[in-house]
Amino acid sequence: MCTLEKHGDVFVLTLTGSSDVDEHRFGPPAIDSILSAIAKAKAEATPGSALITTSHGKFFSNGFDLAWAQAAGSRTGARERLHYMVESFRPVVAAMMDLPMPTVAAVNGHAAAAGLTLALSHDYVIMRRDKGVLYMSEVDIGLTLPDYFAALFRAKVGSATARRDVLLRAKKIKGEEALRMGLVEAAYDSEEQVAEASMRLAKQLAGRKWAGEVYAEIRKSLCPDLCGVLGLDMRAVVSNSKL
Amino acid sequence: MCTLEKHGDVFVLTLTGSSDVDEHRFGPSAIDSILSAIAKAKAEATPGSALITTSHGKFFSNGLDLAWAQAAGSRAGARERLLYMVESFRPVVAAMMDLPMPTVAAVNGHAAAAGFTLALSHDYVIMRRDKGVLYMSEVDIGATLPDYFTALFRAKVGSATARRDVLLRAKKIKGEEALRMGLVQAAYDSEEQVAEASMRLAKQMAGRKWAGEVYAEIRKSLYPDLCGVLGLDIRAVVSNSKL
Repeated sequence: MCTLEKHGDVFVLTLTGSSDVDEHRFGPPAIDSILSAIAKAKAEATPGSALITTSHGKFFSNGFDLAWAQAAGSRTGARERLHYMVESFRPVVAAMMDLPMPTVAAVNGHAAAAGLTLALSHDYVIMRRDKGVLYMSEVDIGLTLPDYFAALFRAKVGSATARRDVLLRAKKIKGEEALRMGLVEAAYDSEEQVAEASMRLAKQLAGRKWAGEVYAEIRKSLCPDLCGVLGLDMRAVVSNSKL
Repeated sequence: MCTLEKHGDVFVLTLTGSSDVDEHRFGPSAIDSILSAIAKAKAEATPGSALITTSHGKFFSNGLDLAWAQAAGSRAGARERLLYMVESFRPVVAAMMDLPMPTVAAVNGHAAAAGFTLALSHDYVIMRRDKGVLYMSEVDIGATLPDYFTALFRAKVGSATARRDVLLRAKKIKGEEALRMGLVQAAYDSEEQVAEASMRLAKQMAGRKWAGEVYAEIRKSLYPDLCGVLGLDIRAVVSNSKL
């Protein structure tokens, strides 16, 4: 599940769990919870808003709740449940593309599969360099990528070599390497430093007092292929008192 | 022509010639031979397979057999033969995209035009840095690029500047520069070292025991435009005993 709090102008969406080693897996209730939180932030957005998404403990998120899928009791049932989660998560990525404010993923720990996808759905990603990896596990566990996952990586990861290493080679990427590969904005030596740096960045961006609608449309115009895959329109917006 | 051998889990496709300075040109027979070898590797693929493509001597390959084209005896005849080779080679690149195992090009010498294209069709390229160049000669010889050549370079060569230098400036690129430009994974000081490093990498990839179908589909999802040009579909596959 998740919570949504406000720290001044900055919304903080926290993925919650039962312990310090909770993997913050995305099952149907968690996905619903995240979708609602993003919708709430969108409804309460003003010029000068920003969003941080974070978690606490060893994991940012390890992706979809595959245990829930397997609990279906049959392979067909498991695949149906997996497909259900993949399709329910699609609107989360779309909502992040459409969110009318700058977004920062404060990656406190491991981010894998859909967890890394969520992080990469943000405008900026900050992670730890002392612990934690970014890891697209799909090829290791025998799953192809949902179309919108592949489209997101093509949009956000500029280097063809980096995309191959992340998606086809399933590299486990620590902070320093993530920085070199252009996956993250910055990498710090503890969860606290990641949190502080993310808040600093979010406040800086919030201080630009961008018109949210304009911000969101420009964000989408950076990733037209992804928007096509997600079925998102891009519009021209003018939010200027003199124009 | 070429041979296909197996070294444990690793298939080795070797372009063969008549001497140490054979240019390993791709005429109709060579193209057929390569296509058959790839098809054989595909038919015998298991989780844990990998493919290395290599040659021996001064040249990896200098591209299509232009001498055979000119032997047609007329300009019209020569152009027909060139077009024939271009269209016959298209399925080779498609087959490489579809091959259900990791692929490494062990580039022992010069790789130009279609020879360079073959190398770039692999997931990883290793070359020499003491000798040999990568060279797209088309602009120098007055031939435009087949659509799938350009699509491959757009897919695999991330930097716009690098693409321009390779395709439009016809740069002759040595190992160190190829490394800097992101064209190759690594560069070594002799043909033997290239062979060893390629086998090491191939065995490493093979050791991940990826499900070949999943691997191929994820590979294709990295390069959707190229797949479109080649007429290749991209499918969802699940190859997991619990899902």
